[in-house]
Amino acid sequence: MSAYQPLGGRIFTKPFIVLFIIFLIGCFFMYQRFVVGGMGAVSNLNDGYAWGIWVVYDIMIGTAFACGGYALAFTVYVFNKGKYHPLVRPAVLASLLGYALGGFSAFFDMGRFWQFYEIFLPGNWNFNSAMLEVGLCVTAYIIILALEFAPALLERLGMHGLLKALNKVLFLIIALGVLLPTMHQSSLGSLLIAMGHKVHPLWQSMHLQPLFALLSALIMGFSIVVFEASSAAVGFGRKPETPLLAGLGKAVIGLLAAFLVIRLIVLMVQGRLGLIFAGDFASMMFILETALFVVPLYILLSPTRSRRGSQLLIAAVSMLLGGAMYRFDAYLITYNPGPGYSYFPSAPEIMITLGIIALEIMIYLVAVKLLPVLHREEHA
Amino acid sequence: MKRRDFLKLTAGGTAALACGVAEARPNLEANDNAIGMLYDSTLCVGCKACVAKCKEVNNMPPEIDGDKLAWDSARDLSDKTHNVIKVYKNGTATVKDAEIDGYCFEKRSCMHCVDPGCVSVCPCTAMRIDAKTGIVTHHPEVCIGCRNCMVGCPYNVPQFEYDNVFGQIQKCEMCNQPGVERIDKGMMTGCAEACPTGATLFGTRETLLDEAKRRMALKPGEIYNYPVGDVRKPDKHHEKKVPEYKQHIWGEKEAGGTNVMHISSIPFDKLGMPPLEERSAASVAETVQHTVYNFMALPAIALAGLAFVVNRNIDDDDDGGDA
Repeated sequence: MSAYQPLGGRIFTKPFIVLFIIFLIGCFFMYQRFVVGGMGAVSNLNDGYAWGIWVVYDIMIGTAFACGGYALAFTVYVFNKGKYHPLVRPAVLASLLGYALGGFSAFFDMGRFWQFYEIFLPGNWNFNSAMLEVGLCVTAYIIILALEFAPALLERLGMHGLLKALNKVLFLIIALGVLLPTMHQSSLGSLLIAMGHKVHPLWQSMHLQPLFALLSALIMGFSIVVFEASSAAVGFGRKPETPLLAGLGKAVIGLLAAFLVIRLIVLMVQGRLGLIFAGDFASMMFILETALFVVPLYILLSPTRSRRGSQLLIAAVSMLLGGAMYRFDAYLITYNPGPGYSYFPSAPEIMITLGIIALEIMIYLVAVKLLPVLHREEHA
Repeated sequence: MKRRDFLKLTAGGTAALACGVAEARPNLEANDNAIGMLYDSTLCVGCKACVAKCKEVNNMPPEIDGDKLAWDSARDLSDKTHNVIKVYKNGTATVKDAEIDGYCFEKRSCMHCVDPGCVSVCPCTAMRIDAKTGIVTHHPEVCIGCRNCMVGCPYNVPQFEYDNVFGQIQKCEMCNQPGVERIDKGMMTGCAEACPTGATLFGTRETLLDEAKRRMALKPGEIYNYPVGDVRKPDKHHEKKVPEYKQHIWGEKEAGGTNVMHISSIPFDKLGMPPLEERSAASVAETVQHTVYNFMALPAIALAGLAFVVNRNIDDDDDGGDA
């Protein structure tokens, strides 16, 4: 018997219907984008700000939020902490949805979507491009996540032969599930290098961009597992898995400390520490962002606080906001293409992104109810 | 996996990484015979004949600002404007080429970088450097529209047709794109041909750089015979008093240099040029990319290590049975 079970229950709950309406509004604007007037008709993208929230939120931040599967694969299979296994399947599902919809966002943000396949033709590949690495590697990882999640579906459908075959190569799939995010999450940072002076000096670490991107991805990956598990406990009235989550919190301490310390050292070496206290908009954003990383460090370093579910949740949310802000700040908020350009997302642009998020949550809710995703409670 | 094993693996990976770092990718080298242009802001009278000629050659519509129907009033580069003349104004704006209370003109068009960011970042090789002419060309037939070229260009040159469902990137290709091919036919770029004062001068990068250096060395106030058209075989010359040039040839060295160079009597940061260092951001990005992905060796080693460790730990789970 499987250790996982479908949650059951009604599909069309009130929250589900609200989400569905948001999704429909998103679809309306998607129609405008693809059929009526192009990206210009729905977005505020311009020649200075060629990347707006569709890239920076949906892909840069959305895939980092989807790093739960990555963080747990590292913990369970590389560091051999089997006790975290119950958290794996829901995390892999959330990762699959986050990445798949990030991929879909890349498609509707793609100016020449009808020839998207050009990036998959080896004759076109430019090996100097971090974007090539991101495009190919994210695509490969979506397939890997689908394979990692396939057992839930195969169990449900009773296809045990296929399940057995999949289990034989599972070690390779999981190894790729650790390697691929390491590659493309760091490349998301590398994209910032070529943007040069347009990236604010407080965020332009050049050679070290991939390291910060990777650290922030792992921090957000661990945080999202804590956040999702806590939300599931509250939302579905399940027993909270606080001791497990507290253990994950500990794993983040080193990552958080590394992120903060290396960042300060880089700014010191670059002679840019003064910019933190310049008092301008960018310095405020930097201080706020740093505070969002320091607060969880303070909580997690305390032996009593770090064992309380509510405090853990605060730490997780703070890290998610901090990581999201780090990417928002670097790619968009303090990004400066030069005089004469400004950007704030339009309402339709925001609605398309919200529609995608709504779709993601809807599929998650349906999947945990129909498929064996959540771990069987021991004392249900 | 034991912590010690992991540390060993990490140390091995770092050592491999360190070996790769040794080979930093320097800036690409300038092609002296590359086709280029020299824009001398002090010669420009703002007539915008170059803007009109550019539209004619590239078959692009005028941009009308409000009710000014008499002329093309494009204010900046756009998907319909490959070349534009902008104005610098300060205070009373009465003295030409004076930084204080003065005004001057500045051209915006593709700089045709020696080490172009757009070419470096494009995943599909839709941006290329022409080996013979040094022109940075665009190839929409392989472009997916990710617009990395736009964020990767220090000058915000590539423009996307946002208002077209089936839009494409637009940029200056020195009037040598298929169907136009002015350079291949031995002609000048449209803007250089149209320029009545020689403010936009045509030539090779080498001859234009020589001309720019010659002007830098002139004494303000003396008379210089300025060439018009192609610096190698000018259509005509005209005599003019030499202004006080800033001793700075924009594009000689900036981010690896450009084939379109600018000189002026007003500092370039005042004219909206970006704060660039000599090393191109593209060369740093490629150094990082090639260090990590050289022959895919590092990822391959990492995958082998991970597969080994994961395989052992999955077995552990079977034995321990807590999975």
